[in-house]
Amino acid sequence: MANDSNQSAQASTALPIHIQGLTKRYGQMYALDSVDLEIRSGEFLTLLGPSGSGKTTLLMAIAGFNRPDAGSIRFGDTEMILTPPHKRDVGMVFQSYALFPHMSVAENVAFPLKLRKIGAAECAERVAEALATVQLSEFGERGIDQLSGGQRQRVALARAFVFGPRILLMDEPLSALDKKLREHMQIELKHLHEKLGVTTVYVTHDQREALTMSDRIAVINDGRLAQVDTPHAIYNHPANAFVADFIGESTMLPLSRDSVGRLTFGDQAVTAEAPADAAADHLLVVRPERLFVLGAEAADPEKTIRFDGTVREFVFQGETAFALVVVDDRYELSVRFSTDSASSQNELQPGDRVSLGLHREDLITIPDSA
Amino acid sequence: MQNPVEPAGMNEHALQRQEAREQWTLLGLAAPAVLAIVAIIVIPVGWLFYLSFVGSDGQFSLEHYAKMIKYKSYLRVFLITFEVSILTTLICILIGYPLAYFLALLPTRWAGIFMLAVLLPFWTSLLVRTYAWLVLLQKKGMLNDFAIYIGLWETPVKLVHNMTGTLIGMAHIMLPFLVLPLYGSMRKIERDMMHAAANLGASPVQAFWKVYFPLSLSGMVAGSLIVFVLCLGFYVTPAVLGGGRVVMVATQITAILENQFDWGAASALGVVLLIATLIILYLAARFLKFDAALFGKS
Repeated sequence: MANDSNQSAQASTALPIHIQGLTKRYGQMYALDSVDLEIRSGEFLTLLGPSGSGKTTLLMAIAGFNRPDAGSIRFGDTEMILTPPHKRDVGMVFQSYALFPHMSVAENVAFPLKLRKIGAAECAERVAEALATVQLSEFGERGIDQLSGGQRQRVALARAFVFGPRILLMDEPLSALDKKLREHMQIELKHLHEKLGVTTVYVTHDQREALTMSDRIAVINDGRLAQVDTPHAIYNHPANAFVADFIGESTMLPLSRDSVGRLTFGDQAVTAEAPADAAADHLLVVRPERLFVLGAEAADPEKTIRFDGTVREFVFQGETAFALVVVDDRYELSVRFSTDSASSQNELQPGDRVSLGLHREDLITIPDSA
Repeated sequence: MQNPVEPAGMNEHALQRQEAREQWTLLGLAAPAVLAIVAIIVIPVGWLFYLSFVGSDGQFSLEHYAKMIKYKSYLRVFLITFEVSILTTLICILIGYPLAYFLALLPTRWAGIFMLAVLLPFWTSLLVRTYAWLVLLQKKGMLNDFAIYIGLWETPVKLVHNMTGTLIGMAHIMLPFLVLPLYGSMRKIERDMMHAAANLGASPVQAFWKVYFPLSLSGMVAGSLIVFVLCLGFYVTPAVLGGGRVVMVATQITAILENQFDWGAASALGVVLLIATLIILYLAARFLKFDAALFGKS
């Protein structure tokens, strides 16, 4: 019970992070270009982007390991931009884990407690509690080199939250684990976050990981935020071509306009009205799994967009099958089918003519930024 | 090819023979080195060991060892030898640790350039370097002239032909042996280690003493041992810069050979130094727990 009240106490003191105008240059290159980001109290926010996008630079700036050129980072109401890292009181899990090899598991976890001059009895209790949380109760006396990758990961995690930080940072903590363990740890981390209720900023380049774990995702590219939203919104309503391309699979088709400014593909109207940004070119984002094979019956054009094409490739991949369909002799549409035995799609052969449908509610149009 | 009598798996014997052949080949390749070590080290050292037990009448005798106990001067030689070695090692640590730390903090390219400066003396003759110190440190040498010029002291200070000169010269020559392994172990400390320490609440000073220093210790112990052991048997520098006042075991052995041509006595000194060194290394390994640095990580 003491356990529970302790954790709810932590939850109630989770801190929001306000980032304004954060800029970091390396020579002429902007690693962060005037980034504004509001991270809500207690949320799990993922910084997602390709390597070199600035996501790690941003995380390091929050931890205090680099010195930005300009901007503000506030934890709650407190300006932190000038505070040295050891006074920021944030927990962090490093990509390399950065466990101290000259200390045992328990000593590693006790390290932040001893620095905070916590008495031996309470220290031992909290170390035991933290190790129990990550299911390593029996491992306190082990040396770091006696642990597997997954166990090290848990120790790094225990060390990062044992001192009750109100902000937890994680820098690609699962990237060194194999796929099965990684997927298992994703779920565990999510549960741990729910239990601790601490504001968590998570860095990854793995979009599936981001979609699985996050309350919100901040997609970052070239030092700028491309979109900040829930996984659902990011996937279903990408704000721009970069996000649409980076998150999930997609094919982007250029759209034309008809006489009243509506967007069209071929002779089919895609939007009912002219888009807000009337001047820009627009793209149609097609998610491979949203396409389906139209049967002999004609589809209702009110509900469905239709693509006629030729199968170029068909690959069986286990739970799904993947096909490339050439439409209008120009555009290659990626299509993903489920492979249940009832599906007639299993029989597609290269060279087959096929008609694909896309429900109008699955239509995604974005301005073409390129 | 199936043989019903033989329970062995397919090709089992052929594979075993292949493995055995490979092992013999490896042994054969190592053999020349093993033979060379036996010829160059084991036989001569064994011969010295034997000589130390042969008296002036050609019979087995402990007279050389008895002499060492009888005359206090021998004890003094050993004490000076260990004193010089320990002090040199300490000076090397005091100068070498900050130097290695500085090198480890530099970007690799710059560290390479500075490392060249550390290694440069290696390519100069030991004798030349030692005499260079003699020139610098003597009564009318550059260092005294300069110190008097800026008013550091008024009359020339005796910096050479004594313990001071010996230690200055020895420390200079031994420094790279400490810096190289130390730099190596410092380079291996990940940047994240220090970040983690800071992140968990350690001030820079705490992070250094609780994380960086312990992690650099293996390199420091390895380097210190090399320096210490090399110092024990060092000849040129103490002989030149000590000016006959700093008599170490090697100097004493030379003196015995040159003046008395007494191989037995000289051998006995060498044997005692060897055994004393081994005992010290063993005790150090036991009590300082750096078995890993000496014998590799188990």
